[in-house]
Amino acid sequence: MNASLSIPAASVAAIEQSPGYWSGVFKRFLRDRVAMIAAVVVLVLVLLALFGTYVTPADPYQSSMLKRLKPIGTEGFLLGTDELGRDMMSRLMVGARLSLFMGITPVLFAFLIGSVIGIIAGYTGGWLNTAIMRTVDVFYAFPSVLLAIALSGALGAGIGNALISLTLVFIPPICRVAESVTAQVRSRDYVEAARASGANAFAIIKTHVLGNVLGPIFVYATSLIAVSMILASGLSFLGLGVKPPEPEWGLMLNTLRTAIYTQPWIAALPGLMIFITSISFNMLSDGLRSAMDVKQ
Amino acid sequence: MRAATPLLDVRGLTKHFPLKASPGNKSGVVRAVDDVNFSVMRGETLGIVGESGCGKSTTARLLMHLINPTAGEVIFEGKVVGSRDLPMKEFHRQVQMVFQDSYSSLNPRLTVEASIAFGPQVHGVSEKEAVKRARDLLARVGLEPARFAGRYPHELSGGQRQRVNIARALALEPRVVILDEAVSALDKSVEAQVLNLLLDLKQDFNLTYLFISHDLNVVRYISDRVMVMYLGQVVEMASTDAIFASAKHPYADALLSSMPSMDPDQRTEAPPISGDPPNPINPPSGCRFHTRCTFAESVCSSRSPQLTSIDETHRVACLMYEANVQHPRSRVNVLKVAA
Amino acid sequence: MILFILRRILYAIPIMFGVALVCFSLVHLAPGDPLVSVLPPDASADLQRQLRTLYGFDRSLPEQFFSWILRAVTGDLGTSIASSRSVTEEVFRAVKNTLILASFATMIGFFFGSLFGFVAGYFRDTFVDKLASFISVMGVSIPHYWLGMVLVIIFAAQLNWLPATGAGPGGSADWAWDWAHMRHLVLPAITMSVIPMGIIARTVRALVADTLAQEFIIGLRAKGLTDFGVFRHVVKNVAPTALAVMGLQLGYLLGGSILIETVFSWPGTGFLLNSAIFQRDLPLLQGTILVLAIFFVLLNVLVDILQSTLDPRITRQ
Repeated sequence: MNASLSIPAASVAAIEQSPGYWSGVFKRFLRDRVAMIAAVVVLVLVLLALFGTYVTPADPYQSSMLKRLKPIGTEGFLLGTDELGRDMMSRLMVGARLSLFMGITPVLFAFLIGSVIGIIAGYTGGWLNTAIMRTVDVFYAFPSVLLAIALSGALGAGIGNALISLTLVFIPPICRVAESVTAQVRSRDYVEAARASGANAFAIIKTHVLGNVLGPIFVYATSLIAVSMILASGLSFLGLGVKPPEPEWGLMLNTLRTAIYTQPWIAALPGLMIFITSISFNMLSDGLRSAMDVKQ
Repeated sequence: MRAATPLLDVRGLTKHFPLKASPGNKSGVVRAVDDVNFSVMRGETLGIVGESGCGKSTTARLLMHLINPTAGEVIFEGKVVGSRDLPMKEFHRQVQMVFQDSYSSLNPRLTVEASIAFGPQVHGVSEKEAVKRARDLLARVGLEPARFAGRYPHELSGGQRQRVNIARALALEPRVVILDEAVSALDKSVEAQVLNLLLDLKQDFNLTYLFISHDLNVVRYISDRVMVMYLGQVVEMASTDAIFASAKHPYADALLSSMPSMDPDQRTEAPPISGDPPNPINPPSGCRFHTRCTFAESVCSSRSPQLTSIDETHRVACLMYEANVQHPRSRVNVLKVAA
Repeated sequence: MILFILRRILYAIPIMFGVALVCFSLVHLAPGDPLVSVLPPDASADLQRQLRTLYGFDRSLPEQFFSWILRAVTGDLGTSIASSRSVTEEVFRAVKNTLILASFATMIGFFFGSLFGFVAGYFRDTFVDKLASFISVMGVSIPHYWLGMVLVIIFAAQLNWLPATGAGPGGSADWAWDWAHMRHLVLPAITMSVIPMGIIARTVRALVADTLAQEFIIGLRAKGLTDFGVFRHVVKNVAPTALAVMGLQLGYLLGGSILIETVFSWPGTGFLLNSAIFQRDLPLLQGTILVLAIFFVLLNVLVDILQSTLDPRITRQ
């Protein structure tokens, strides 16, 4: 055999690039109708959260004693008014901002923190793994609703404390998933091969572990957003999260409880928003999961 | 031929895996590799054979320092691996490994060229330079870079993936390559192609191979010397011709004669070795093979045989070949007479 | 087997210790003076000191923790700051009410969840399956406190069929097994059943589909086994896991009932927790959480043991 090591430059320029893993995921996701509908709903909600304040039909904070609890379809108040005479439609639109923020932020933080802890536990193994995972087990002994309420109850009401509590609630489950995926990847021969090439743990995690574990952890985290939305609004519903007069769906649901005999359907509207949001995130997450769950 | 210093010298290599205590058995250890000594000469191919579970692969992983040995050391060119003279990272540049499972040993999220270029970058080669080296090596292992460099592992066949793995091992310009069942999972026709590629590469890059396989035909084809392992220990070591012509250790003899012969007259009816290998958690006392050996005597269960030279290149660990041992079938005098 | 049970119980002990530590830390996470809610603003320094000693807040944290945990083991969880009553007594009275609610909810959820799951698993990938799957997604996506409100709006406010709040006539907090009390259970139990229903439906669907696809079922069918016979085999294969999920769900509901109990003013642990939080009654808060979490741990152990007895394939490491 001819041992010529140099190859013509022309052929180097014409390297065929295979489509990567993520473009395949994206294509499959586009074909999933339910997931696409959910994606559109989520997109609308996110747009409302970002730009809702600029397109509201009325001032969401403007209260009026005379216009209290007007029914749905009242002139100028398409979805009626709340117990202080504020326009429901505007408040629901603006409410998307705080509600989504309170629901998504904890999962995002928990994803960052839980992934780091879980990947370290899964990659190092040994006593560090045992210490981390046993601590996680302790937090698993609390049902998530109880833990969230107990934590924010102890810390006191407020947006910041509610975010901290919810983040703490979601770190253990994300950590557990991250640990198990990482431990699986770590036992693969390509990680062994990377160690055999003399690479240190940092380089191996960066090049070989992250790319294979972040996807599954991320999908799991997206499935938590729906739970987080319900819990975050639940905290505000109990008076442990957002404080009046800010528009937030859980808090609105709470303050409108007094109206269930007079304007029941207006009272139910904020909950409907929470429901729509959480079911959309659930379906989005399911779609993402099946788009990524392919034989490799 | 001059008596060269070995390139790789393995001394007293031992690995005991601790067992978790569970109901039914007290905590103990699996003696996966027990006091293994051998050396590898520059430019040779040393074949390592044995039944599954005999410690071949553990030996490979110990050599690569992927797992920490319980005892023993590896000496490369006279320098202790992991010492100040030869840091681990430098050792890994010199000694590389190809794994059996061609799929699991490639990162599914990386393109072929990125997988190959990872190693050189660890050792300070610039990304551009590493990618160029990767493409050169792809061409060298018979994969056209223009077609294969940008592919992902799942788009390749088993043989193509194993070529990529070989290219990755060579990317660090190593002197020794450990091939751990590297062709065992391939189809027979592909296996032959890859074996020939390995022989070519060995010539071109002046490589030394450690070839681990359970396939005796392949070992015979590629190796200069063969080492036979049984239950974590070396039982015999000799040149390929010598050991296939007349293996001395009863186990090695039985193992090598179990090779299916092409000649119908040469085929034996009797099973060469009966029973399963004993449990490495509690290996038999004395010679570990005595429970299955047709020549076993009482001395075999009480005394551990040492690896003894019976000629310049042939070493065997059997009490029948050890001087001053009261074994009724001792071959020591027979050998002396023959000499 | 006995070894497995013993190991499982032994393993729960450090977890329970950790749980106690978390509950204790919760209280000390809380900003501010734990006595602030009971002390009159003009309380003398002497009175403050007295109360501090009475509740043990003057000692070091490890000291407080160990004396609290030692007393907790003997069943003494301290004294409520707000009501001056024994925390143990208050918690167990509330636990009884929550247990009634959660048990009914779990049973309803188990029944309908299994039903949907079986139908979906049997008619896999048909319209019925999609419908059942959609219902189960709704079950886990719906904010249950909102569902409670909607049910109150329909069945209490509009139709006036059932009471909106409370656990008995005239706001009574003591439970009795008669229709006057049972009426109060209907809406909260249905509301609460939605969560386990969705989860059990998902689990059962997957298990039924798996079992039906297994070769031994195909073999049994080929041998001429009747549909009812096949159904019996499927039930035998599905039951252990489904029951285990049900047991765990009961545990989740016990601890997760606070929102629903608030909506329906149900006098259970959630309600107690709510008042403990807003009155900043820290001993009560700490005790309630501890009891609920320990209950959850023990229920987990019980479920594991029962499951491995029902299904010997469960790995016993």
